Amino acid sequence: MLAFLVRRLVITIPTIFFVSVLIFGLQQLLPGNPAVVLAGEEQDPAVIAYITHKYHLDKPLPVRYVLWIGDALHGDLGESIRTRQPVSELVLQKLPVTLELGALAFLIALLIGVPAGIVSAVKSGTAVDYGANLFALWGISTPNFWLGIMLILLISVELHWLPASGYVPPGDDLAQNLKTMIMPAFVLGNAVAAVIMRHTRSAMMQVLGADYVRTARAKGLTERAVVLRHSLRNALIPVITLGALEFGQLLSGAVLTEQIFTIPGFGKLIVDAVFNRDFAVVQGVVLVTATLYIFLNICADVAYFLANPRLRS
Amino acid sequence: MTAATSENVALIEEAGPLRSALRRLFRRKSAVFGLACVLLFIGVAALAPLIAPYNPDVPDFLLVRKAPSALHVFGTDEIGRDVLARVIYGARASLLAGVVSVAIALGLGVPIGLISGYAGRWIDGLLMRITDAMLAMPFLILAIALAAFLGPSLTNAMIAIGISAMPTFIRLTRAQTLAIKVEDYVEAARALGNPHHRILLRHILPNILPPLVVQATLTIAQAIIAEASLSFLGLGQQPPAPSWGSMLNVAKAYLAQAPWMALWPGLAIFFAVLAFNLLGDGLRDALDPRRK
Repeated sequence: MLAFLVRRLVITIPTIFFVSVLIFGLQQLLPGNPAVVLAGEEQDPAVIAYITHKYHLDKPLPVRYVLWIGDALHGDLGESIRTRQPVSELVLQKLPVTLELGALAFLIALLIGVPAGIVSAVKSGTAVDYGANLFALWGISTPNFWLGIMLILLISVELHWLPASGYVPPGDDLAQNLKTMIMPAFVLGNAVAAVIMRHTRSAMMQVLGADYVRTARAKGLTERAVVLRHSLRNALIPVITLGALEFGQLLSGAVLTEQIFTIPGFGKLIVDAVFNRDFAVVQGVVLVTATLYIFLNICADVAYFLANPRLRS
Repeated sequence: MTAATSENVALIEEAGPLRSALRRLFRRKSAVFGLACVLLFIGVAALAPLIAPYNPDVPDFLLVRKAPSALHVFGTDEIGRDVLARVIYGARASLLAGVVSVAIALGLGVPIGLISGYAGRWIDGLLMRITDAMLAMPFLILAIALAAFLGPSLTNAMIAIGISAMPTFIRLTRAQTLAIKVEDYVEAARALGNPHHRILLRHILPNILPPLVVQATLTIAQAIIAEASLSFLGLGQQPPAPSWGSMLNVAKAYLAQAPWMALWPGLAIFFAVLAFNLLGDGLRDALDPRRK
């Protein structure tokens, strides 16, 4: 296990290095002199000189990268041009909100996707199977920001059941927090539920045709025991890996969901930063998201390793 | 066997797999529905000036936020523009973004994947680590970051989406190349002294096309959603040019007063994405020999 983990971490080092190079390279896409762009419309020479000095823009590119990554490794991701707050502080403020949204969305996706996949596989070829497949197709084809808008229209504007926007920290009022988060979480989890449903179905179909399942049936076990005890446990192994990767995708989808429901999380931070031309924040958010995603990949591999007895042995 | 007969046999052999794949594709009702919808959207986009009932950019302040009626079937927007005309013209931005960004992803990703898979060793290692780094950045986050630094416009959104989608094509092309390059006919081509570029372009590339076609079709669906997402955030098509995403961005401010403004562009995105997904699924079943 330890050797596996060490090997996995060693492979990650060059990936993180190239991630940092790509994110640093984003700044080079700015047309013209970045200091002039960052100085805003007034283009005060003193401000331009200050920015040039502060971001080492007068130094060669490799030197700038080394300085930037050195700071980043010490937790210094720069400073927001707009709020003058350190980017790492902003990220730490907003990340828990997005992680809560992502976790709720993931829970909803699992609660819908896994049972729908099981039922679809067990009732393969029936109307239930077609219905579940239609749901999956609907889930992956519906843009989540449109689903969000339509649900606000129906549930908030017409029925007045849930608030359309806003965020209350769970520490302040848990019930109100869930009230504001349940609709965004459903919107975000919907597409992932469809993907999980498809994979659960496909894995279950494979397992249900395996010899050991036939043996279990031949022993006279009930269908419920065959499905839940013998098939599902094995079918869920690939779903574990997929689930961890999909959680990373949820962070991406959260950008739009947070925008629609005005949730002050990570996604809203990057969008606001884009419009304020707060490039240090954009870079910081992308770096943290990518690192989180790589970490989730490692978790997925470890979970797969632990869940698969053949790998463990 | 005469030269002409062997040529005919070669032609039949060449047309055979394609024809049988098309037959399998047309046997699937969902794929045919997807293809019909895709063709319909292409027709709507191409013929927009002929079929749109009004100019999509001309406001009419006497018709602000009018509900659907016989004159304005989809209603009007916040400055009195016809929503149907804007949905019709919006198809242009969405389809263009879908096709161009996938073309960028293919144009960059396929050569890199071919070189990576064929060359192997340190070149493969280096290219794969860079690809892993790109895959580590979630698709939309990377597209937003790229669009932010490039500046907001439809062209830049297409470039951003294309670059974000590229790693998938690099991975797919590399995997296929690794499988094909050890085939006997590639070994034979190498033994005959063919240069590497000829082996790649004439012997490997044509044999890895089916999975690339399937992936490209499915990625167009993703790219349409990505373009709509970027336009929704204000990073894609800029006003007053119509785009389904930017129409939804405006519509969310008028949900209570004019819900139709949000309904139609959203449905258009849904059906366009559904159509490409259905077609992609159908192509995968038709082109995958294991699914025959």
